[in-house]
Amino acid sequence: MRVPIKWLSEYVTVTLPVKEVAQRLTMAGLEVTGIERTGDDWEDVVVGHVVDVQKHPDADRLTLVTVDIGGVDSFEVVCGAPNVAKGQNIAYAKLGARLIDARTGEKKKLKKAKIRGVVSRGMVCSERELGLSDEHEGILVLDASSEIGKPLAEVLGDTVLDIDMKPNRADGLSVVGVARDVAALTGETLREPDFELEAAGESVVGRARVDINDTDLCSRFTLAIIEDIKTGPSPAWMQEALLGAGMRPISNVVDITNYVMLELGQPIHAFDYDKVAEHHIIVRRAKDGETLKTLDGKERSFTSEQLLITDPIGPIAVAGVMGGLATEVTDETKTILLEVANFNPVNIRRTAMALKLQSEASRRFAWGIAPELAPMASRRVTKFLVELAGGKASEGLLDAYPVMSPPVHVSLARKRIPQVLGIDPSEEEIVKALEALGFSVESKIDRFEVGVPYWRRDVLGPDDVVEEVARMVGYERIPAAPLAGRVPNGVPQPTRELRERARDILVGAGMQEVITYPLTSLEVLGRVVDPDVLEKAPPLAVVNPLNVGQERMRTSLRGSLLDTLARNLRVTKAQVAIFEAARVYTPTSSALPNEEEQVVGVVTGSRLDRFGSSTEEKIDFYDAKAYVARLFDRLSVAASFVACEDYGLLSGRTARIDVSGKAVGVIGQVHPRTAKEFGLEKDVYLFEVRIADLLDHVPPVATMRAFSRYPAVVEDLAVVVDRIEPAASVLAEIEAHPLVASAHVFDEYVGAQVPEGRKSLAISVSFQAPDRTLTDKDVAKAREKIVARLRSRCAAELRS
Amino acid sequence: MMSVLTTIEKIRATARDGLVEVRSEAELETWRVAVMGRKSPLMSVLRSLGEIGAEERKEAGRAANLLKTELERALDDKREALGRARIEETETAGRIDVTLPPRPLPEGRLHPVTQTQRDIVDAFVAQGFSVIEGPEVELDYYNFEALRIPADHPARELMDTFYIDRSDDTDSKLLLRTHTSPNQIRFMEKNDPPIRIICPGRTYRNEATDPSHEWMITQTEVLAVDEGLTLAHLKGTLFELAKRLFGRDRKVRFRCDFFRFVEPGVDMSIDCFLCGGQGCRTCKKEGWIEILGAGMVHPEILEKMGYDPDIYTGFAAGLGVERIAMLRYGVDDIRHFYENDLRFLRQF
Repeated sequence: MRVPIKWLSEYVTVTLPVKEVAQRLTMAGLEVTGIERTGDDWEDVVVGHVVDVQKHPDADRLTLVTVDIGGVDSFEVVCGAPNVAKGQNIAYAKLGARLIDARTGEKKKLKKAKIRGVVSRGMVCSERELGLSDEHEGILVLDASSEIGKPLAEVLGDTVLDIDMKPNRADGLSVVGVARDVAALTGETLREPDFELEAAGESVVGRARVDINDTDLCSRFTLAIIEDIKTGPSPAWMQEALLGAGMRPISNVVDITNYVMLELGQPIHAFDYDKVAEHHIIVRRAKDGETLKTLDGKERSFTSEQLLITDPIGPIAVAGVMGGLATEVTDETKTILLEVANFNPVNIRRTAMALKLQSEASRRFAWGIAPELAPMASRRVTKFLVELAGGKASEGLLDAYPVMSPPVHVSLARKRIPQVLGIDPSEEEIVKALEALGFSVESKIDRFEVGVPYWRRDVLGPDDVVEEVARMVGYERIPAAPLAGRVPNGVPQPTRELRERARDILVGAGMQEVITYPLTSLEVLGRVVDPDVLEKAPPLAVVNPLNVGQERMRTSLRGSLLDTLARNLRVTKAQVAIFEAARVYTPTSSALPNEEEQVVGVVTGSRLDRFGSSTEEKIDFYDAKAYVARLFDRLSVAASFVACEDYGLLSGRTARIDVSGKAVGVIGQVHPRTAKEFGLEKDVYLFEVRIADLLDHVPPVATMRAFSRYPAVVEDLAVVVDRIEPAASVLAEIEAHPLVASAHVFDEYVGAQVPEGRKSLAISVSFQAPDRTLTDKDVAKAREKIVARLRSRCAAELRS
Repeated sequence: MMSVLTTIEKIRATARDGLVEVRSEAELETWRVAVMGRKSPLMSVLRSLGEIGAEERKEAGRAANLLKTELERALDDKREALGRARIEETETAGRIDVTLPPRPLPEGRLHPVTQTQRDIVDAFVAQGFSVIEGPEVELDYYNFEALRIPADHPARELMDTFYIDRSDDTDSKLLLRTHTSPNQIRFMEKNDPPIRIICPGRTYRNEATDPSHEWMITQTEVLAVDEGLTLAHLKGTLFELAKRLFGRDRKVRFRCDFFRFVEPGVDMSIDCFLCGGQGCRTCKKEGWIEILGAGMVHPEILEKMGYDPDIYTGFAAGLGVERIAMLRYGVDDIRHFYENDLRFLRQF
């Protein structure tokens, strides 16, 4: 809502600096998001008087305008506007003034110029050149009363408050509504607009008729008749006000209805009286498929849930949204049939949205305005039509008001104010605050009986009144009190806690966390999810996607991570290890999907040297495994890796991650074909861990394992096994011996030294007893047993 | 036969001469073995003492032992001297350029939104709040209806919504939650006061992105319900948050704002932590920066949850994590967060 200060000042005296007024409004919930000043940059632009207009000797379309600015000299200016005329007051820009170039839109300093051989000393300005509007067909004509020679900024300059009105304050979508709050907040008194009207015509009774068929959608409908209308431009002050509020002046009739709408917040529609059949208006729901050509020239079709204004022949307007073309007021219009009505907010909102015809009018109806406004706005418009369009007002008003809403009354317990606000203002303060806002207050022993003014339809209950008190006494009065009272028991959130631990561990291990969007496309999901799975359980689809490629709720994080990786590899060459902890959304048989937490990481690149430069040594499966191993180690979970196949991962380089025999995730090399679909040329390794599956296996804390204080004997063992024999099985067999404290592989060899299909594992075994120092004999015996066991269980041979 | 004493004197001279030539710890060890080892002449002398006459033995024994002690001390002195020399050499010839870059450690950081979210969570946990999480795909009922935002209410225009296609189409509409507030209802449905919870999570708005708008927004919902809670407690609780996030000397300010599920509704600002309220670019010359919306839980909602609104009051707040992260880190464009450019993420 744009509120020009000059207009605002019609209803309330603005005594404080504008910035202070804006500040108070903002604090009271009418958030001023911008203070715009017009005229600040109109240096060297003054009110000029056109004393003469001559034809340009060498150009048909140009004129030579002589401008008087109240000094000794007058100035001859070359002008191209068709509407310039002798006797006008206009905006004259002196040489050196900075104006907006009508073609480029940029500011330019005005210089002396020769136009078609004639020197032009200055310029007669259009609205566009002054930055007032886009209008540049004609020059801006000022009010005849404007003082010649006065700086234009003093005549036209204004300050406009841009207020971000919240939808509860439909009353604030009007200059008077804002003025009410300004008056209350600055201790001034509101000056109501003048509704005094002299009726000169005969009575409306019998000359028009209104029937409301659907009273659930129309609670009030008034009709007035104004005769002898002479259409033409509206006066400069009204045009200026409309421009300041962000509306284009059109003609006196349109401008007046717009002006009163902005003034009071009540939309108004004017019909050409002679074009409404039988001057009879019927407000009813549309018949399915009924059509009307609206003001914008479009043929529109309606459903039976949409409300129409009709005459006995058919539709003439879409209620509260847009008028019909056939009954429009034109230059030929003699008599106006003036509609001021009140419609059901929900219905208007739906219709405006369905027809894509949201306007200043439909917005006001949709926010819900007071039915009391209708006759007031009707009088106000009629008064202006009489004063500014030569109209003759008919006596009386047709007022169909089938559904009266009783005034709202709130009983506010005195104790409620401190109970909600934490402060206890005095009775005097409370009464003063509420009365300033137009509420009536009756003080009782334990309560206030509060009458809500008709325009504040948002105030319905005691706490709404409490808020009004707070707005007026000021929120700075409320102290910051430390939270007191009972502290509830904590609510454990194991999934969240595990996820956050996983984040910390992976970051600690050197991975970068990313956060990606959950919306993706079937195409991207298809690269990383088995097509059978996608088909059986199609990912949730967004009905109204914002962007192409963001239509589906992801059922896998892999695509997002690979895409993020690919985008980063365009700018970084080094090693990249990123992960995300987020949800995937699996459709279920119930309404809500299963939102499952996962951690997915991707790794690629080369190892770095001492100076952080990439080396020839590429990152491989075991780098990715290192992150996963760190994760499980820090969670005190023993994980095993079992070779497996997984969609989109390279066979032979993929493992299932098992904990206690249950799969909790997967790790592997991304299939080069899949990688390529993301634009990844390098080898990429990926892991995926499902938090929910892991949850059951994570002990709350690690349990201590006893270790021996006796010396360990470390021996190396080289065994040759089949290539497919997992090293983990070999180690498990070794570690099964009671004297083995630990065993680890320190080399793997495949090549000429071992038979085809076999590999050699070099294993370091640490022997230790819990209760004594081992003898050479003990170790030799243990080693012998181990070798025998490996031979039988793993088809292993000792390498000599 | 040479007297034993002469032999000892010779050994001393040889050892002394030899020690002068020693330049390293290895040479010193060779020297030690040569002059004091088991096979050294001195040891031979000491071993042979029993073979000589008692008269001579006493004197020779004392001289040999004296020499042994002397050589041991010389060994210690030399060892120390060599050690000193090595350190001196490290300090001179072994000088390194301390300005060379460090050996790279793996680079890992939490996303700045996660970091900020955690700081927010910590501020509330310290005040006795529990952390609750809820679904991102939500029913219209929890996201709107139960929060007093019925279908066709203009307040819905404040939150452009992504709707999810539903095959069954029987119940409430399915959508991506536009705020974390549905968690208020979900929690109150199943619990009784006193309540202190916060609900962090992702939310979604169907609106075009620009430097200050992002369609995915991380929020933190705050809810407390108990007897005796007032707007002053809300202010105090949020004041604590503001101080933790933006400095202990922060000031907070409430102003009136509108959210359907609270009454009164407020918007909280902090005094600008950059200019101290003087007015700068960050606070748009206002001196104050809005950081969150809040209010007292609407009595109609409490009543619907089965709490007596004459006895129980509650407060709620909703914070945009990205906005707070932008302010804290001086991020000028919200879109940086989810572009996930490592050049951005690695700064925090």
